Amino acid sequence: MLNYIIRRLIGAIPVIVGVIAVVFVLTTIVPGDPARLMVGQRGNPETIAKIRHEMGLDKPLVVQFVDFMKNAVTFNLGKSYRNNMTVVDALLTRLPVTIKLAIFSMIIAVIVGVPLGILSAIRQYTWIDYSAMIFAILGISAPVFWAGLLAVVLFCQVLGWIPGTGIGNGEWIYYVLPSLVLGLRPGALIARLTRSSMLEIIRQDYIRTARAKGLAEKVVIMKHALRNALIPVVTVIGIETASLLSGVVVTEQIFSIPGIGRLSVEALVNRDFPVIRGVVLFMAFLFVFANLIVDLSYPFFDPRIKYD
Amino acid sequence: MEAKTEIKNAVPGETKRKVEGRSLWMDAWLRLRKNKSAMFGMALVIVICLAAIFAPYITKYDPYDQLIWKEGPSAKLAPPSAEHWFGTDVYGRDIYTRVVYGARISLQIGFAATGIAVVIGVILGSLAGFYGGFIDDFISWLTNVIFAFPFLLFVLALVAYLPPSLPLMYMSIGIISWASFARVARGQVIQVRKMEYVEAATAIGGGDWRIIFRHILPNILAPIIVQATLEIGSIILLESSLSFLGFGVQAPKPAWGFMISEGKQFFLSGQWWWSVFPGIAIMALVMGFNLFGDGLRDALDPRLKQ
Repeated sequence: MLNYIIRRLIGAIPVIVGVIAVVFVLTTIVPGDPARLMVGQRGNPETIAKIRHEMGLDKPLVVQFVDFMKNAVTFNLGKSYRNNMTVVDALLTRLPVTIKLAIFSMIIAVIVGVPLGILSAIRQYTWIDYSAMIFAILGISAPVFWAGLLAVVLFCQVLGWIPGTGIGNGEWIYYVLPSLVLGLRPGALIARLTRSSMLEIIRQDYIRTARAKGLAEKVVIMKHALRNALIPVVTVIGIETASLLSGVVVTEQIFSIPGIGRLSVEALVNRDFPVIRGVVLFMAFLFVFANLIVDLSYPFFDPRIKYD
Repeated sequence: MEAKTEIKNAVPGETKRKVEGRSLWMDAWLRLRKNKSAMFGMALVIVICLAAIFAPYITKYDPYDQLIWKEGPSAKLAPPSAEHWFGTDVYGRDIYTRVVYGARISLQIGFAATGIAVVIGVILGSLAGFYGGFIDDFISWLTNVIFAFPFLLFVLALVAYLPPSLPLMYMSIGIISWASFARVARGQVIQVRKMEYVEAATAIGGGDWRIIFRHILPNILAPIIVQATLEIGSIILLESSLSFLGFGVQAPKPAWGFMISEGKQFFLSGQWWWSVFPGIAIMALVMGFNLFGDGLRDALDPRLKQ
């Protein structure tokens, strides 16, 4: 197991190096001089030259790249142009809120999506199946920000069930609506995938055997079919983490949640490049890490897959 | 294409029978036609495309025309009526007209960015699958790197660094979306590469490019078309998110995402129509592409053939 984890971690290194390289290329194609951006139009040439030197912008590109790589690996991501806070501090203060939101959303997606998919599959071509799949296709097609807006109007204004946007003092009630909205798309995808995966599995011989030997239908579905049907679902959870991280950007905007998504939009509006760079790098690292966890969880669902 | 084969009758005296052969595409179309949800999706897409093309003929207003100057203050935030089907916005612009013209922007970006992504992805994926070895390792590594970025954030960062322009936006989205096509193409080429007809083409001295483009690509088109149909939907959603956040198509162009964002404040105070109708339009178009893409996948997948 430990060997496997170490090998997977080493396997992730080239991807991380690639991510850093892409971010470096992205930041060096920026039109205009970052040093000038920092001091503004009024800065005199000496100050700009000094800042360029401090930022290492006067060094050759290769040297800049090596420096950037070193800094990225050691999480030395520089300082925000706006408030002189280090990018890592800015990220860390916003991180807990976003992580909470992402985890709640994924939990909602799984507890709604998986049962819906199972029901659809075992009641194929009934109204349950049709309504579940209509819900799923709507969930995949609706823009997150629009669904969020409708939800705010309905649940906060018309029905008054939820106090409003923002996170108050961090009470869980404030996370309910954003998590539901953010979990809509992954939930819909999981429902569709669970359905098709279940449909494939319940036609297999070993399911017929399980029924033939007189097992209760519930046991056949939950113990024999579901565990096998969940393997592709686990993969999708890993992939969807990425779209969840993208969804965070708009969801946090709609619900005024002070997380990493909102930080990135603020940074984009202010053209605060070190923060933008930091957020992109950080999100990509998070994605690589999420996929590593998904990989490690496969043997739990399918004992044929071993850590070797 | 429909190939007709005349079978000569072996039994003398019997009339000749015609046996009709069907191409893969004809077969797929016949299967697709039976799939109601796919046909519904296709109808949605066609209706919206036609609306976009014939926009000036299906509405009498101009998307930029501020009707408060002509019709007076009653045209400001007017609710849906027989005159203004989807109501008007705070400047007195007809929302139905803006939604119809907005389809042009979404479809343009959807098709153009997907086109760019398909070209880059298929070329890279085919090279990786065909040559294997170091080329494959390098391209697969690049694909994994691109996949590691959260899509929206990556495009946002790219768009933030570039001056605002529609073609630059197609390109940015296209350049980031090729990875899924590369993966599909690579997998397919690896399967097809070992087939006898590719071996035959190599044996008669066909060059690598000729083999890839003339012999391999036509045979791996089906999954790429399916992927492209589904991708158009995601790209339209992505563009609407960009516009909503204010980093996409610039005002006063009638981009759907931007309209939702403009109408947001008014929605919260009861004037729902400004934000609701563009949202329905996005959902309908994306749903159309998704349903059609799902149907295409089922129709083109020979394993499901019964």
